[in-house]
Amino acid sequence: MTATTTAGPLSSAAHAEHVARLTPVLTAHDVSIEYEVDPPVRAVQGVSLTLHRGEILGLAGESGCGKSTLAYGLNRLLKDPAVLRSGEVTFHDADGTDTDVVALDGDALRAFRWDKVSMVFQGAMNSLNPVLSVRAQLEDVLTTHRPGLSRTERGERCAELLEMVGVDPVRLDSFAHELSGGMRQRVMIAMAMALEPQVMIMDEPTTALDVVVQRDILREIMRLRERFDFAVVFITHDLPLLLEIADRIAVMRSGEIVELDTAEQLYAAAQHEYTQTLLSSFPSLLGDFSYDDGEGAGR
Amino acid sequence: MSTLEVRNLVKEFKVRDGLRRSTLRAVNDVSFTLSAGRTVAVVGESGSGKSTVARMIAQLETPTSGEILLDDAAIGRRGRALADYRHQVQMVFQDPFASLNPYHSVEHHLARPLKLHGVARGKDVLPAVYGLLERVNLTPAPVFAEKRPHEMSGGQRQRIAIARALAPGARFLVADEPVSMLDVSIRLGVLNLLARLQREENLGVLYITHDLATARHFSDEIVVMYRGDVVEQGPSDEVILDPQHDYTKTLLAAAPEPSRHGRLRDEVRAELAAG
Amino acid sequence: MTDTRTRTAPSSVPPSAPPTAPATTSKPPRRGLRGRLAGQGKLVVGLGIVIAIVLFAIVGPFFTQDPRDSDNAAMLPPQPGHWLGTTSLGYDVLAQLAEGARGSLMVGVVAGLLAIVLSLLFGVVAGYTRGIADEGLSLITNVMLVIPGLPLMIVVSSYLEVRSLFVVALILGATAWPGSAVILRLQARSLRKRDYVSAAKVSGERTPRILMVEILPNLLPILTAQFLFAVILAILGEAGLSYLGLGPNGSITWGTMLNEAQGGGALTRGAWWWFIPPGLMIALLGCALSLINFSIDEVIDPKLRSAPAAAKSVRKARRAGLDVTVHDDGAPVRSGTDAQKEAVRR
Repeated sequence: MTATTTAGPLSSAAHAEHVARLTPVLTAHDVSIEYEVDPPVRAVQGVSLTLHRGEILGLAGESGCGKSTLAYGLNRLLKDPAVLRSGEVTFHDADGTDTDVVALDGDALRAFRWDKVSMVFQGAMNSLNPVLSVRAQLEDVLTTHRPGLSRTERGERCAELLEMVGVDPVRLDSFAHELSGGMRQRVMIAMAMALEPQVMIMDEPTTALDVVVQRDILREIMRLRERFDFAVVFITHDLPLLLEIADRIAVMRSGEIVELDTAEQLYAAAQHEYTQTLLSSFPSLLGDFSYDDGEGAGR
Repeated sequence: MSTLEVRNLVKEFKVRDGLRRSTLRAVNDVSFTLSAGRTVAVVGESGSGKSTVARMIAQLETPTSGEILLDDAAIGRRGRALADYRHQVQMVFQDPFASLNPYHSVEHHLARPLKLHGVARGKDVLPAVYGLLERVNLTPAPVFAEKRPHEMSGGQRQRIAIARALAPGARFLVADEPVSMLDVSIRLGVLNLLARLQREENLGVLYITHDLATARHFSDEIVVMYRGDVVEQGPSDEVILDPQHDYTKTLLAAAPEPSRHGRLRDEVRAELAAG
Repeated sequence: MTDTRTRTAPSSVPPSAPPTAPATTSKPPRRGLRGRLAGQGKLVVGLGIVIAIVLFAIVGPFFTQDPRDSDNAAMLPPQPGHWLGTTSLGYDVLAQLAEGARGSLMVGVVAGLLAIVLSLLFGVVAGYTRGIADEGLSLITNVMLVIPGLPLMIVVSSYLEVRSLFVVALILGATAWPGSAVILRLQARSLRKRDYVSAAKVSGERTPRILMVEILPNLLPILTAQFLFAVILAILGEAGLSYLGLGPNGSITWGTMLNEAQGGGALTRGAWWWFIPPGLMIALLGCALSLINFSIDEVIDPKLRSAPAAAKSVRKARRAGLDVTVHDDGAPVRSGTDAQKEAVRR
């Protein structure tokens, strides 16, 4: 571990008050993830984070800051050469039990994944198998995790899932290339919802979508949240988007969380200079702004 | 005053779907004028035809019908006339990773247009290359001149792309989503650079984007496109603050706006409570 | 404690990629071909064998006796003075092998070059220019592709009574190009859509220059692979033709050696030193060229190289106790709570 003590992310009193009223559902403590290349790269450094039941936590940062790596780490989905160097991840189930996610393996890990915590991946549009129908892919989730269901029950559940995300069940027999970008994203969300998880991690779910479609997808996510009350970790570089829809926002840079606060606080009074830089990169649509040439050396 | 005018531009593509052939009208009757020192933004979603318009102006595609006029004269499409046009109208591409040839150094990328358009010859070329690098704030210039694309960040590559576009001494610049593939904190710097260069060179800039906010603050006029048609067109502030067309209003409502915090959730709650 | 130098993961990873090891932008990687191919076992072995064979072909004949001198005892097994024995007519096998190396390599290289030039013309030009030129060139390519190579070679060879080494090489090259042409055409078509090609056009570059300067360098790895492939095919093809008696008259190649060995009853007489060396040389050369091709594949597609390396480095890290999810011996730290095990069983 590094010798210097990390001060922890900048935050506010309002944040502490806000958080005091909530119940944690996923706690990460001092998580470090390293890429075992030469020389090794610390992608995530001593990150501690608490996700509360039913909230939307935004994880903001630019490419390379470690936000996706952290998400994969929380879900135990790290791919070589990434390795979880240290840290504790605890899942606080609704039935009262606590699960040590780091210690899971084999069947226990498979049971945990998707059932308690599911994920919508970055580039989800290309994550659907091009040679399998939507039905086949949805059913795959069910046969793995709910082997007790009969075939009719599975079919019904698949139709129900598609309806839940606003896609006509007629589309069950479609293939990925026959669906629009927005529809594919909805199917991915349906897959993530299949087992009614308590936490959904979404990695840049709307980045490649048009802004109008994006709003529809966000609306859908909100609707589902109202119905099923799951918590969301929403990873994106689009800070204005998070400011609009997230409850709390964690700003990441170079593997660390530099600021963690409620969305309102962050918008009104961001403390860290990096947060301020990020905010200033998004000119307000309705406010005043001008592009002038007071810029420094090329980045 | 120099102008680049686009009149009733139409572009159709032939599409083959199995045995059927059909025509896709990507651009349908688009008209606007670029003038020196002013920016026109063409805003739209994917499939709106905005990139096709840009490519037609850069003469990477030929219009199916309509005219492009440079200083009120029809543009040349081959030989000497085309070379002249290329001298005056240049383009910056969207993808900084794809618009530079991975095999060639920065110096090659910048020296070629300088030589092609007779801006510099022989031993004047290298100083001219360094000059270009300094104008886009990539210093020390000799260090950057030797680099290859994969040794630079996205923002730096885009600056090279801008330098390359400036090399021939162009009067008009077509910028096709120049910052959408760059990291967020770098976008501001690159757009500031473009604004400065426009001012210094009195360039006419065509700014293609899907981002309404940057369109509004970067350009003087906005053209809103939807599925090939121009649905609204006018001074930036007017289009954004007082939109007339429904599609423009939808676009504006859909853009993330931090000051509307919590509104989506309230709407969804109300909707679920009601129905 | 391992020395983990913290590096700021720079912003050169495109946002749409899944988390991968962040690329370096600070230090330029070793330049040039050698830098990129460093550490490639396959390449080293392949190149080593090829260089050895080429040296043998160039220098060998100076150190061996005249391969056409039949003034030796016939069918001698390997012994001092005739390291690879002699043939049924008294020719020294080693001398023939060295001369044959020259012959086979010459055929291979000439045929390979001809194949590449033709496939460049029919492939790259067609792929880049499209339109009528593309249609015409593709038509010819497709017709040639469909005509079976070996029968065509046999027909042409048997038509010509006098066949020099060069002519045989030409025949082989002229039948080998269509496959490469198709691949190059598709590559050129894909490259032509790249932004840097469009950028060159907008800059004012003309088509021939774009082809040479922008497209060709990016085709170099595939071109090299296709060339080596054509060489292998040509050498094998020549061996085949010679074996059928349709090879070059009057020249010595490994193929002609095999033909004569068969005609001279080497197999029945157990004269392994006559047919094994030429066969082995052909196999070795083919193997070496293929190894080089594989390592070129890895240059073209770095993912072929990085996945096994990534797995290896993770295994190493785990053995060093760096992964909090596993013990040093690879066993998981804890095997989950009983409640989870119950949940799975249900």
